Amino acid sequence: MTERRHEGHGVVDGAASSPVIAPGYTFGSVTDKISSIVLTRGASHGWWLGFLVAFLLANMLFVSLGYLVLKGIGIWGNNQPVAWAFDITNFVWWIGIGHAGTLISAILLLLKQTWRTSINRFAEAMTLFAVACAGIFPLFHTGRPWLAYWMLPIPNTMSVWPQFRSPLIWDVFAVSTYATVSLLFWFVGLVPDLATLRDRSESKIGRVVYGVFALGWRGSARHWQRYDMAYLLLAGLATPLVVSVHTIVSFDFAVAQLPGWHATIFPPYFVAGAIYSGFAMVLTLAIPIRAVYGLEDFITSRHLQNMAKILLVTGLIVAYGYTIEAFMAWYSANTYEEFMMANRMTGPYGFAYWLLILCNVVTPQLLWFRRIRSSVVPLFVISLIVNVGMWLERFVIIVTSLHRDFLPSSWGRYAPTIWDISTYVGTIGLFLALLFLFLRFLPMISIFEMRTILPQAKVKE
Amino acid sequence: MKPTNAPEFWRTLAEHDGADLHELVGDEFASRLPAPPDAVERRSFLKLMGASMAMAGMAGCTRQPPEQIVPYVRQPEEIIPGRPLYYATAMTLGGRASGLLVESHEGRPTKVEGNPLHPASLGATDVFAQGAVLDLYDPDRMQTLTYLGDIRPWSAFLGAMRAIATSAQGAKGAGLRFLTESICSPTLAAQMDELLAHFPSAVWHQWDSAADLNAAAGARLAFGSDASIRYAVDRAAVVVCLDADLLSYGAGHLAYARQFATRRRPENAGIRLYAAESMPSSTGARADHRLPTRASQIEALARQLAADLGVAGVGRAEGLAQETHAWLRAVLNDLNAHRGSSLVVAGEGQPPVVHALAHAMNGALGNAGQTVFYADPIEAHPADQMQSMRDLTGAMNAGQVQALVIISGNPVYTAPADLKFADAMNKVAVRVHLSLHADETSALCHWQVPQAHFLESWSDARAFDGTASIVQPLIAPLYGGRSAHELLAAFSDRPEATAYAVVRQFWQKRHGGADFENFWRQSVHDGVIPDSAMAPRAVSVRTAVFAAAAQVPASGLDVSFRNDPTIYDGRFANNAWLQELPKPLTHLTWDNAVLVSPAMLSRLGGSATPAMTGGERGQIKAPIVEVTYRGRSIRGAMFPVAGHPDQAMTLHLGYGRTRVGHVGTDRGFNANAIRTSDAWSFGTGATVVLTGETFSLACTQYHQLMEGRDLIHVVDRGTMDDRRSTIDELPWMFPAVEYTGYKWGMAIDLNACTGCNACVISCQAENNIPVVGKAEVLRGREMHWLRVDTYHAGPAENPDTYFQPVPCMHCENAPCEIVCPVGATVHSHEGLNDMVYNRCVGTRYCSNNSPYKVRRFNYFLYQDWETPSLQLQRNPDVTVRSRGVMEKCTYCVQRINEAKIDAEKEDRPVRDGEIQTACQSVCPTEAIVFGDIGDPNSRVSKLKGESRDYALLHDLNTKPRTTYLATISDRHPDLDKSK
Repeated sequence: MTERRHEGHGVVDGAASSPVIAPGYTFGSVTDKISSIVLTRGASHGWWLGFLVAFLLANMLFVSLGYLVLKGIGIWGNNQPVAWAFDITNFVWWIGIGHAGTLISAILLLLKQTWRTSINRFAEAMTLFAVACAGIFPLFHTGRPWLAYWMLPIPNTMSVWPQFRSPLIWDVFAVSTYATVSLLFWFVGLVPDLATLRDRSESKIGRVVYGVFALGWRGSARHWQRYDMAYLLLAGLATPLVVSVHTIVSFDFAVAQLPGWHATIFPPYFVAGAIYSGFAMVLTLAIPIRAVYGLEDFITSRHLQNMAKILLVTGLIVAYGYTIEAFMAWYSANTYEEFMMANRMTGPYGFAYWLLILCNVVTPQLLWFRRIRSSVVPLFVISLIVNVGMWLERFVIIVTSLHRDFLPSSWGRYAPTIWDISTYVGTIGLFLALLFLFLRFLPMISIFEMRTILPQAKVKE
Repeated sequence: MKPTNAPEFWRTLAEHDGADLHELVGDEFASRLPAPPDAVERRSFLKLMGASMAMAGMAGCTRQPPEQIVPYVRQPEEIIPGRPLYYATAMTLGGRASGLLVESHEGRPTKVEGNPLHPASLGATDVFAQGAVLDLYDPDRMQTLTYLGDIRPWSAFLGAMRAIATSAQGAKGAGLRFLTESICSPTLAAQMDELLAHFPSAVWHQWDSAADLNAAAGARLAFGSDASIRYAVDRAAVVVCLDADLLSYGAGHLAYARQFATRRRPENAGIRLYAAESMPSSTGARADHRLPTRASQIEALARQLAADLGVAGVGRAEGLAQETHAWLRAVLNDLNAHRGSSLVVAGEGQPPVVHALAHAMNGALGNAGQTVFYADPIEAHPADQMQSMRDLTGAMNAGQVQALVIISGNPVYTAPADLKFADAMNKVAVRVHLSLHADETSALCHWQVPQAHFLESWSDARAFDGTASIVQPLIAPLYGGRSAHELLAAFSDRPEATAYAVVRQFWQKRHGGADFENFWRQSVHDGVIPDSAMAPRAVSVRTAVFAAAAQVPASGLDVSFRNDPTIYDGRFANNAWLQELPKPLTHLTWDNAVLVSPAMLSRLGGSATPAMTGGERGQIKAPIVEVTYRGRSIRGAMFPVAGHPDQAMTLHLGYGRTRVGHVGTDRGFNANAIRTSDAWSFGTGATVVLTGETFSLACTQYHQLMEGRDLIHVVDRGTMDDRRSTIDELPWMFPAVEYTGYKWGMAIDLNACTGCNACVISCQAENNIPVVGKAEVLRGREMHWLRVDTYHAGPAENPDTYFQPVPCMHCENAPCEIVCPVGATVHSHEGLNDMVYNRCVGTRYCSNNSPYKVRRFNYFLYQDWETPSLQLQRNPDVTVRSRGVMEKCTYCVQRINEAKIDAEKEDRPVRDGEIQTACQSVCPTEAIVFGDIGDPNSRVSKLKGESRDYALLHDLNTKPRTTYLATISDRHPDLDKSK
């Protein structure tokens, strides 16, 4: 117990006293417990049911996208002046969710926050799937998606070359870099565990497939030495990306001159918002998973409480952002800015703004209470509410700013169509389907890293 | 084709003798021919069949008569592919012509421009003329001649008409009735005369729901004889409109609007406009003092004014409101100060007595011969059309009509409801209808004859001042249509005469002389016949007609009927351009509505609210009301209009068509259903109740308040010289871009704009802008590159109204350009904000970042790529955009490049005025001026040099190339609200 208390880094509240891994585990039992989910326990009825529902929703996405390509963006509710709506809202929402994984993996690794170990694997997987879902929107929201590759700097005979002053081009680079680095980071982290699965798998297919992806890992000291170096380097690479991706996504708005978009606070406010939504999503996923797979020993109350604290902090930053937005609208003495804020609060989409304040500012204040932080169900509900709130935030920023801008003659409104909703829900389906596959076929918790946080791993030198 | 001087070959003796074998053998449905007088024998049947077989191949060799079309602008030695030719012609509406120049690409008319030589056009057009090309290519036009639904050849029709003529011959034509619209074609009138000389007992009726029936009746009432009226607005310092939309409705309005705008320019003498009107109109919006007045109260107001002006025999009116008296005092003051240089105009929506009062007032003010001129009527045979219609209905009900020939018009739809025209018509044995569309009237006719569009046939027509024009075709009839001339010829002794021959012969007879050929060519070329205007004549007003005292109904609800601003009396109902064109002020598209004041709507307990889909720029949920007038009722959506008088409703006609085509059928409601012959323009005593249902109206600008923003600049005429330019250089981080060549720019004079929308539809025609349909307008996706924004200031009961045409501003610091990820919108070295459709991937970011929201996105494949006839209409110089790309105003870059190429060939710079954008060229008031702002002597530079010049959203530092000139108000000191 003293060892574990040491890892609390002097934090004195209840979270520090609870362990990052329950007592009584050995190297072998950790490995058994995690790998058994993949190798021996098989797919439960619950898994099949969940996967089936998610898979059906994912297919709804494919149908929606197929129809979209067939007919045009007009199947959505977008119009003039609201030329972006659900599409970019969903894009930013998913990208935001995709922030927690890298943050947990890279930044907390560099900061030696060992409690991250039990949640980083599936947080990273979540990141990848979220980025995949996010990527769908900028691609398919273009009027001619088959030409979207023109946004890439591919030398060609058509003299088509990206226009590098556009934030959308920065987006392309930021998001694709982030996706690549996240994938590499996740995969490199998986290699030792894939080797474990290869060695333990009883089926030939398992041995071959896991073997191929284990890249010949034998666990030699040299392997470990190189692995550590590579992993650290990737963590170093990924760290600035956590900040840069959402900064650049915020530039999509901040660079435009539209009241409600054109604000210098956007980069930090968006990054905080992204971490906020990312941790909310990790909680949303971790709480049911640990219950279903009986992983309370590995994802302990300490993890949940730590994440709740991050949620509270980032929530406060986001609340500060909202306050500053409103303050600047007044302080600027600019007619358009003032109107924008008043319209956000009292206009036709006022309900969305106040709902967003309720979800993102008011609700997380409950996390000041330790009892809430340490009880699973309220935490789960709060995480869901924050997810909704962060979606509303993007909707409010995009739609309410666009629908009434400079010339009153151009004012209009937007309402989603059935296809807007099916595409959005479809990406949630795709996300969950990928997650179910991940839970079934890969170790959701890093086996070897969990072993390193066992007391036995602390070797006196 | 055979040269004209070749010997005439004949193939059979019959042909030599004049029988038209082609008619007989060319018909593939020969078996359906009506039985010849003597029954068909087997032998003759076989002979016919044999001839059919033998000559089937010759059907394609039909010899066309040599009909010459003379070019207007350039002599075509031959058509140069890619170079359009322009031909002069004229369009008739309501019995008045306006001259047009029609652009023709390789034989396809694609775009209508005004004819600068024509007095009713002066180079401008209205929206209807712009829509004419789409009407021409309308795939829903009647395409085949049918008898009881069976397809028949023209020869069969001729035969049937000959038979009718022959049988009527004995009774001198008794039982034979013709129903035409107002006829301003001298040739057609002469044909009619000839016909009536041949059949003295036949009767010619006239009914034209587009014509100014009240104005004509008013002239008859005032002078005791028919007269035409025309105004010299440019000679008037004060104009008083009594429910008259002088600037955008009726005969000559394009010329009047031009005169008004010219005189209102700051360097000219100025013109103060007063308008007392019910339905807010362009004229009311431009008026310095507008007085919302129920249509039924205008007569009292006019009587009061006339009495004050000393018109004999007019008593003062009782019960006028205090506000009205104040307004009248100012009017009286101004009129008295400008005797001989003022003008009182009565509107078509007012009864004849108000027109007579206006004539009397003009007489009393000494305006006759100064600002208002009277002349012989434009129609060769003016008629009291309401009486004519009553007579016809009576005769039909009495069984006195054996054959009714309806030459254009749609009386079943437009006739007063109380006449029950359709029921009466069903009692006629033979009914013939010549019509563009198979409409409600055609449905009740035995013979349905497709009419040739005016761009397909020869004719002639007189303008509002009597100037005659030759109407020349631009294209052979697409659907084998026939003109009215050809139909009437069927009853003459030359049944096969072509319209060309008839028209030419008429003018040959009229002009005579050896130089006829020169006269003819020149007239066709110019589009006007020299010296054909009616000479003014002196008239005197019979003041006895004013004896009847003014009736001011104390209470009751007014219901007014007006021709729709875009589809008129329904004749343009199948024109998708006109249907989708936002109606001035209301910005409604695709539907009509029960228009009322906002106060009345809320008093009824209803409200019109923007839906979440589309919202203010798309979908308005309006309550459906039931309007009952004299026992007849209709249901329609109620829509509030700022400035509409209380206790009054305005219904636009032309909607609720049941048979016209798939664009216009079943849209809106049919206001004709409660319009009766004795309450033709308006009636009092209507009732209205909410039904509890709602209807989605497609409205493109419901929000018409400026929200305290600096969008419209207004200067006072008295103090305008003190104004300093508001355009100053704002700081800019980057070095300024040098423009060394042309610098294209545009100035839009808000002081001239009347909000008539001609520019919007001209832009649509020129730039192949698709129509999206009501469902898409409801979602806020209409595609017009240019829109006329309407803003109100002041109280909703009587606001000041401003129009602001908004095309792309072509900003030098264009916000749209920097955000495009693929460089699809870029700046040209001449300052154009170019749109590269091919490169666009459709992120729509540019639209989000455009503060003017002038960009339009192809959310679907809006262009009709399938219908062959619509493909003919497209401008070959402009890319037809596909789905998924952004588009916007290009300053008509195709016209710029055409002029630049011409200039380069001649090694000279482009001359000022050589390039006219599509919006500029049709503008009646020359509100839009385009040119090189780098040239200090260009018109646009001089306008931009005025202190009135300002940039929209100037503080965003977009440096727009399109700037606006502040509108000038010229208020009477006593009524000035600001004092």
